[in-house]
Amino acid sequence: MQQPGRAAEIKAIGIGKSFGSFRALDDLTLDIGRGEFLTLLGPSGSGKTTFLMILAGFVQPTDGRLYSDGVDITERPAEQRAAGMVFQGYALFPHMSVEANIAFPLKVRKKSSTEIKRRVSEMVERVGLKGHEKKLPSQLSGGQQQRVALARALVFEPGVLLLDEPFSALDKGLRGQMQAEMKRLHQETGTTFVFVTHDQSEALALSSRVAIFNHGKLLQVGAPDEVYDRPANRFVAEFLGEINMLPLKGVRNADNGATGLCEDRTITLRGNASAVGSNAILAIRPEYMSIAPEATAGENGIAATAVASTYLGAATRLDLTTRQGAKVTVSVPNEVAASALSKGNSVWLTWPAEKGFLLPDGGQ
Amino acid sequence: MKAYLSDRMGAALLMAPLLLFLGAAYAWPFFGVVNWSFTLPEPGLGQYGTLLSDPLVQSVFVRTLRIAAIVTIVSVAAAYAITVVWVRGTPTQRVIAEFCILVPFWISVLTRAFGWVALLSNRGLFNTWLQAIGFISEPLTLVRNEFGVIVGMTHFLIPFAVFPLASSMRSLDDRVLLAARGLGSSRMRTFWSVFVPMTRSGIIGSALIVFVFSLGFFVTPAILGGGRSVMVAELIYLRIFQSPDWGLGAAISVVLVLFVGALMALLFRYVRPKQLI
Repeated sequence: MQQPGRAAEIKAIGIGKSFGSFRALDDLTLDIGRGEFLTLLGPSGSGKTTFLMILAGFVQPTDGRLYSDGVDITERPAEQRAAGMVFQGYALFPHMSVEANIAFPLKVRKKSSTEIKRRVSEMVERVGLKGHEKKLPSQLSGGQQQRVALARALVFEPGVLLLDEPFSALDKGLRGQMQAEMKRLHQETGTTFVFVTHDQSEALALSSRVAIFNHGKLLQVGAPDEVYDRPANRFVAEFLGEINMLPLKGVRNADNGATGLCEDRTITLRGNASAVGSNAILAIRPEYMSIAPEATAGENGIAATAVASTYLGAATRLDLTTRQGAKVTVSVPNEVAASALSKGNSVWLTWPAEKGFLLPDGGQ
Repeated sequence: MKAYLSDRMGAALLMAPLLLFLGAAYAWPFFGVVNWSFTLPEPGLGQYGTLLSDPLVQSVFVRTLRIAAIVTIVSVAAAYAITVVWVRGTPTQRVIAEFCILVPFWISVLTRAFGWVALLSNRGLFNTWLQAIGFISEPLTLVRNEFGVIVGMTHFLIPFAVFPLASSMRSLDDRVLLAARGLGSSRMRTFWSVFVPMTRSGIIGSALIVFVFSLGFFVTPAILGGGRSVMVAELIYLRIFQSPDWGLGAAISVVLVLFVGALMALLFRYVRPKQLI
């Protein structure tokens, strides 16, 4: 339905926004690629929604420039930007039928009535709303309203689709269903998607790249596995999922990685890890750690005592304490957890050298 | 359940004085009026027959409906503009709009009617000024006719039209307006095809309340109409107090009350009472 060339390429350079003395967004520079699915992720008040509103043209940035396909659109009003937008709570026109809602952007663009009819019915079919065309939004379920909002925002083939926490009002099952649907719509339309959420699992599942925000600053941008496995700092590491952190001393670079001492054991890191100082924090995701009865030579490992377990069905979550008192959580097979707790609770924690990474000591 | 019942009893007790007063001061006398309409000067439906056949009574009813309709359209349109500024304007604009809405409430209806006479009469301010700048040579007849009545009534009723509109504009979700603009709609188009339809219940409520008020207007038409533009309420007054024709006056009253009652029933289908204040 859409020529791939119509997807927009967006460039934000040094974007900042102040509301009085409050700095909502600070010095944001970001390239959004043609046809990309970019998620803006962060806690509430992190600036992600402000950036989306700036992209839509509803909020004027205090500093910086915004380019779409090389054209400066910083001062261009929202109605001339042709960005499709899906709001939190959908913002459907309550007095218009499903059909009229979807036709609205085409009517505004003065398309012929035959073209409007054709494209609306195409879109109704695409989002699975056939048979509901004449209903009012208030007669639809949450998921159906969501589909109307998506259809309305996509029907005029915008260069970019902006989505502001579109699934926050849906229950979990419906959420998963709508996420899959949105991924499909992204592939089918080929347009650029910019999606705001505070749900990290949603961000990791949907996007081609994730941009993480906190306190008005863009902290890191990267592919989901990149930001999850190699977070730029402690905030990103913690926001994207559970993480174990252990102090590391005497850190120095080694070939293809780094080494250091953790609780008197030599630890090796392989991959992107490089030392910034002699002290650092060693970070490992719980699912990459496992439990062994004793140390194996040449493998990373430290001694720990199991203190509690939580049965999760598919696996058991085990809380442990190291000799020097650091708290560690691992996710292990159920039978491993049972034996760990029975054997005087003393076990050996191990992890592959490429799964650990370094965070600067103490700071963000 | 017990607490609920006693709450209801308490509420009933608190409302009792008002209900008794309304019963004694309105309902009981109104039954008397209904009684007159069927019994004076002799028992039967004679007065209602006159009502249907008398060209004078009919012309007054038609005039009343016409004036009420014009006043309704003008008041609601003007109130809509004021309310948009009041609810969605900048803080300064809001203060000015609020002042314009509330000040008329502090001046009595009589004072306002005479004020308009002073402004609109042949030697009033408007005619003097227009003649002074040479715009007209003969004074325009702006008062003691339907025009004067419409001006005075509109001025009185605009604030009443504001409240239902304000209530519907306040409950409107701003994101829907943003959505319209984001989809490419100009401000003008967003106003006409999204904002106005979404305040529909406010417009209906506002129009009905102004219309109902207009039907029973007495003081303003009596003063600004100068006897030449008689409306229903004034006709009833004339039948009761000047040509002692109580039966006909009573019959007209009954018809007016029934008509207004039907409109009120319609009104409350669209608006909750608390939206009117």
